[in-house]
Amino acid sequence: MELKAGTQLKSVVGTTEVVVIRAPDHAATLTSGGVPMVGRDDDVPGADIQSGSEGTVLLGKRYVDGAASIEVLCTKPGEGALALDGQPLEVKSAKPLPSSD
Amino acid sequence: MHLGLILDMTHSGLGDRGAVSVDGQSFDHSGLAELSWAASARFTELGVPSVVYLGSNHIAYPVALFGAAGAGVPFIPLNYRLGAEQLSNQIESHPGSFVIYEGAAPTFAVPGRSAERQDFVESLDRAGAEPPPPQDPDLPCVLLYTSGTTAAPKAAILRHRHLMSYLFGTVEFASADEGDVTLVSVPPYHVAGVANLLSNLYAGRRIIYLDRFDPEVWLQIVRDEKVTQAMVVPTMLAQIVDHLRDADDAETPSLQTLSYGGARMPTPVLHRALELFPTAGFVNAYGLTETSSTIALLGPEDHRAAFETDDPTARARLGSVGRLVPGVELEVRDDEGRALEPGRTGLLFLRGEQISGEYAGATLLEDDAWFPTRDRGWVDEDGYLFVEGRADDTIIRGGENIAPAEIEDVLMSHDGIVDAVVVGLPDDRWGQRLVAVVVAGQADRIGADELRELVRSRLRSAKTPEVIEFWPELPRTDTGKLLRRTVVARLCAG
Repeated sequence: MELKAGTQLKSVVGTTEVVVIRAPDHAATLTSGGVPMVGRDDDVPGADIQSGSEGTVLLGKRYVDGAASIEVLCTKPGEGALALDGQPLEVKSAKPLPSSD
Repeated sequence: MHLGLILDMTHSGLGDRGAVSVDGQSFDHSGLAELSWAASARFTELGVPSVVYLGSNHIAYPVALFGAAGAGVPFIPLNYRLGAEQLSNQIESHPGSFVIYEGAAPTFAVPGRSAERQDFVESLDRAGAEPPPPQDPDLPCVLLYTSGTTAAPKAAILRHRHLMSYLFGTVEFASADEGDVTLVSVPPYHVAGVANLLSNLYAGRRIIYLDRFDPEVWLQIVRDEKVTQAMVVPTMLAQIVDHLRDADDAETPSLQTLSYGGARMPTPVLHRALELFPTAGFVNAYGLTETSSTIALLGPEDHRAAFETDDPTARARLGSVGRLVPGVELEVRDDEGRALEPGRTGLLFLRGEQISGEYAGATLLEDDAWFPTRDRGWVDEDGYLFVEGRADDTIIRGGENIAPAEIEDVLMSHDGIVDAVVVGLPDDRWGQRLVAVVVAGQADRIGADELRELVRSRLRSAKTPEVIEFWPELPRTDTGKLLRRTVVARLCAG
């Protein structure tokens, strides 16, 4: 599944959905619970979370990899940790901006 | 990234939290999302090419905005205060639109393709509503007419991706505390009204709309509803400060943030407001319609630091619009297009994902995506941006560029002057000559000579207005923007 800014992906191991905010500049695979994520509207059979890929993805949180080459936003929470090419993604700490609105 | 994502998230994540309160009606996030989805289904079924909103703030406003977004058609909030002729012209540019109006049906409302706003909301079937399919992020989402202070208003196109870039760049989902409430007094047809709606819904902060602004009512709502955030335009803050002229404190302990923007804030008003709202964090936001709202902001710490210090550099920052928000780049260029270093005034160019710079049928973006704002300004060594005004307002007298703002600030620093404008009128000798129009406060007797001397002593004679007229008030838009071309026209008409 090609990763582009704006692409919406869903997990096949749970209910998680994400939208890509920043895409990596190289071909890469985003997984949830150790299984590649698919397009939001793709019809694919479910799968089980792979051992070692447990974790909960939280609504509204942004997730990045260590090199910050990818950033995704969780639009639906679920089970199964996110990873890019096997590297776990972590919650991006919010840098609070004063509310101007 | 399409606008509908916001509702998908707020519906599941914020459900029964209060979303919008207006005119005694309150809606939670589930209710707002479901009404909007029902509106999308209605617009899709009718096959309308766009949705026009003609009225003050109301629950129908977010419902129609998200309803149109979910149907993949642009939402067009128009200024309901415009005269019939101007309004008809704007409506004619959007044939076939579904028209949502306040009060009596306008003559151009077509049965079956129009509805009174309350009737519209009540006609929607919330119970059976399903989220509409995702829309292409490149579709036009909101068309906003610019305020038209220097030229006739034109419709700026904000696509889904512009608005979502602004949102994702500046706001964290559900970051507001459960009890956070914002009081909003900007009109629905202004970019600040659109940006503010999206930001507060996404942050999970309940919005209370106060449409017919009155300083006493505003203060009462802040106290009664324990409002934590409020957004005003400078003319409103001036009215609030004036209303509290005998008070030491506004007595609004719940208020954590007071943000302002939309026009230049007179320094005396800001100083007085900082005294009256000692616990509030002040935020000055600068942006344009074409930039999806805020591109720079001056935060609470900057305000307090500038207010409390004697250091001239920090103190001057009270007059700046702060630093750029993430994802936006700025270049200051001279008239030949060369980039200028900090401290030098030039034309402001902006670049970033939230910058549209596009109008019906034309984009102003350069090949490398820079947007010429036509605003003039400069940045200091630490990246604080100072905006001097529209390039079109620059007066050229004897070959010298003069920014009216500088002279207006000096005039406004006089205790007896409450408003001031400086414009250039055609002149055979100098090309343009400087004329000032001022508004004097009550009971003050000020002479033009006294004011001219004030300007001469602070600036110099080339920047001293030849003529100073006294008017009862200056023509401004609803959001407090000075209508300079109206001033020039009146002066020329004698």
